[in-house]
Amino acid sequence: MGGDVKLAQTQSGAAGLQSLPALLQRNATQFADAPAYREKEFGIWQCWTWAEAEKEIEALALGLINLGVNEGDFVAIIGRNRPYLYWSMVAAQSVGAVPVPVYQDSVAEEMAYILGHCGARFVIAADQEQADKVIEIQDQLHQFEHLIYLDPRGMRKYDHHQLHEYSHVQNQGRAAYDEWITDLNERRSKLTYDSTCVMLYTSGTTGKPKGVVLSNRNVIESAKNASNFDKLGLNEDILSYLPMAWVGDFIFSIGQAYWCGFCVNCPESADTMMTDLREIGPTYFFAPPRVFETQLTNVMIRMEDAGAMKRKMFHRYLEHAKKVGGDILDGKPVSFMDRLKYKLGDLLVYGPLKDTLGFGRVRVGYTAGEAIGPEIFEFYRSLGINLKQLYGQTEATVFITVQPDGEVRADTVGVPAPDVEIKIDEKGEIHYRSPGTFVEYYNNPDSTASTKDPEGWVATGDAGFFEKDSGHLRIIDRAKDVGKMADGSMFAPKFVENKLKFFPDILEAVLFGNGKDSCVAFINIDLTAVGNWAERNNIAYASYQELAGHPRVLDTIQEHVEAVNRSVAEDDMLSGCQIQRFVVLHKELDADDGEMTRTRKVRRVIVEDKFSDIINAMYGGDAKVSTTTEVTYEDGRKGSISATLDIRDPAIMTVPSKMAAE
Amino acid sequence: MLDASEGYVTADGRKIGGVVMEMKNITLRFGGVVAIKEISFDIREGEIRAIIGPNGAGKSSMLNVISGFYVPQEGEVIFHGKKRPPMRPYEIAQQGIARTFQNIALFDGMSVLDNVMTGRLNYMKSNLFQQALWRGKAEAEETQNREIVEKVIDFLEIQHIRKTPVARLPYGLKKRVELARALAAEPKLLLLDEPMAGMNVEEKEDMCRFILDVNDEFGTTIALIEHDMGVVMDLSDRVVVMDYGKKIGDGTPDEVRNNQEVIDAYLGVSHD
Repeated sequence: MGGDVKLAQTQSGAAGLQSLPALLQRNATQFADAPAYREKEFGIWQCWTWAEAEKEIEALALGLINLGVNEGDFVAIIGRNRPYLYWSMVAAQSVGAVPVPVYQDSVAEEMAYILGHCGARFVIAADQEQADKVIEIQDQLHQFEHLIYLDPRGMRKYDHHQLHEYSHVQNQGRAAYDEWITDLNERRSKLTYDSTCVMLYTSGTTGKPKGVVLSNRNVIESAKNASNFDKLGLNEDILSYLPMAWVGDFIFSIGQAYWCGFCVNCPESADTMMTDLREIGPTYFFAPPRVFETQLTNVMIRMEDAGAMKRKMFHRYLEHAKKVGGDILDGKPVSFMDRLKYKLGDLLVYGPLKDTLGFGRVRVGYTAGEAIGPEIFEFYRSLGINLKQLYGQTEATVFITVQPDGEVRADTVGVPAPDVEIKIDEKGEIHYRSPGTFVEYYNNPDSTASTKDPEGWVATGDAGFFEKDSGHLRIIDRAKDVGKMADGSMFAPKFVENKLKFFPDILEAVLFGNGKDSCVAFINIDLTAVGNWAERNNIAYASYQELAGHPRVLDTIQEHVEAVNRSVAEDDMLSGCQIQRFVVLHKELDADDGEMTRTRKVRRVIVEDKFSDIINAMYGGDAKVSTTTEVTYEDGRKGSISATLDIRDPAIMTVPSKMAAE
Repeated sequence: MLDASEGYVTADGRKIGGVVMEMKNITLRFGGVVAIKEISFDIREGEIRAIIGPNGAGKSSMLNVISGFYVPQEGEVIFHGKKRPPMRPYEIAQQGIARTFQNIALFDGMSVLDNVMTGRLNYMKSNLFQQALWRGKAEAEETQNREIVEKVIDFLEIQHIRKTPVARLPYGLKKRVELARALAAEPKLLLLDEPMAGMNVEEKEDMCRFILDVNDEFGTTIALIEHDMGVVMDLSDRVVVMDYGKKIGDGTPDEVRNNQEVIDAYLGVSHD
């Protein structure tokens, strides 16, 4: 099997593999009986081989032609990760159209903007919920014509002039095989390395989403380089659970899956992801830091509830893993006794734990999107999971830098990925140029010009530097977030926030202090962790708000903040970023309220603006603040919550050495 | 008032068929207490029929009469065109009526899956010996029934708690599991006793969606008791209103809403 892969990969793009439909054809002949897609449905893993997947996609493509999809049309795809929707993307490409995956949790207005901006004529939606949103906004969409839905439940009573069931479109495609197959073949053969492969909307921490156009070259070259870098082959298994509209999922679940021919596994539902992860045991895994954080939090909570014997064993061996686990993974010299003890730990603790987490088979794991807390990162590595970091963005088709095996560290993001050039300008901002560099922002030449210069260099908006001795890139923060405090010392909010977020009780933290003489912070509690703690301590609460305002919760959080202050004080450069005052917010920061992006990054400016009354009260020295906040419910309705928040003053470490050093 | 002889078409275009069950002058007494007094109404195929009324009006008793658990002292129940005689418990179970309970009645220590499987009990024909050997018929039967149960689990979106013991679930999910068990029996007539009681707004909305979907997807006739007026008015095709064991109103939600007797029963009037 390995030989086949090598053979396939030696045929470069020039040999006709210039599009994903072409790769699909290759896989359907060379790897015909290898599994291509799995999805758990009705409690059983259903499987499609490459040959079967190719037939399904062909039927859909014929059906799309039959419905009147033209070359160059945009086809929006909305829903959770399901094989059918991945097929939709490739079917759209096969007929010369451009797939536009849309975040499924977008509210109707966001969807209206995206569908209006690209002028999608066709929408493929997963179910009634998504279809309803499109129907709600269809009056604002001038070019929208047909909606295809996957799950027919609840759809029967709808007016079907513009609605089509997915399986019916496929059946019509099969029925019209003779009529359209020549057209389909012709359209497929027209696809080149320069044809548009996909358009992805960036969530954008500021402003309206922008449509990033990626060509087949971008996607296939990036997928190829990254697969070679990590020696991925036909036999990998991945679990596809991250939003389909996110570039990472597109590269892993389509780009690399098609290049290598490995199997994409889709969970049964969003809530079963952890169980499905365990059942599949992926060999190649990707997750944003939050997933790792949540898993670690859950493990720690469950260990609290475990028997004394187990708990003792767990902590004892974890301590040992912390000492030597990372070194063993990196192939560094470790004494025989330590190795022996680690082996025993693997048998008793690490092995079963990895299995429970679903990481029993992981060869390569990546985290990206945000900085991961070093403690979290090292926890997973010490267990023997080859978790690495990469740095990338949609405009680069993911990869800018990656960490090679054996050179993995928590505080850097690795060396430039294959074929990527990087330069750092005088202001410290990172620029890159690569085969993955995006074509343009759709219908937005101004933004394209301001991001990508004529020579193809793209500005990332992140500040960073290369470490002298290792050649690894270190990211400081978003270039625009790094600031100066009133006394001129550096203000890097991420640095402190990440330290706070390592505590299982803290879900999210936002630090303010740019241009001020002290720092203040917002904190979101983690309902799972704190709720569990409350239960064990017989603390009754009726709502998130009540729990977040409970004096004992505030005491606990204050202890965490003080611990972070102690740790921040040790860093000469950033000791000014200690938290002088903080509040525990009465609501979780949420993407529906615009406070976070859909990929769950905090939108600092919006949060600062929205909660300006609280920030003012904190700097004003008040002991309490009353506030009212507007919230948006999942169905788009608006409401408001009001609360009186206690402002706490944690202890600050004095840094006597600083003056002396200067 | 709707003409009930031929069936009708609802505002959203569903066709409601003939009479499935008819109550004729039902009177139910517990000793000297008259729980239900001379009530007549019918339930038609494919409709969502609500029974409402203030506390102690006799709604749950009425539901028990419909299911056949209580036998009224007077009056008759016509089910599928035939007068229904008093039945033994197993006969009650076999007539194609499933229900959920006001106070959740699940097996706490069993997983969700096992609980829902109990809904298939009537379809299991293999005997204890075959079950013990786990060969041939018993195994095939289990697979077959499990398939149906899995479809119900998928339908009600409870895949993530399939293996969770029921005792560990929050209230809203327990209610959903109860509905799943009732649906697993593939009933012709589904009785829901206060399906939304004690739920928050979001859980209520989910439950409404599921009830409508059940009715729409499987064509199941549904009779439900509910206190949340908003829910009743949105969901049901026809409503029976009870007060002190008597029927004081019957008709579409709009008709009932404007019925003076109903308004009095809910808001109260001075008894001078």
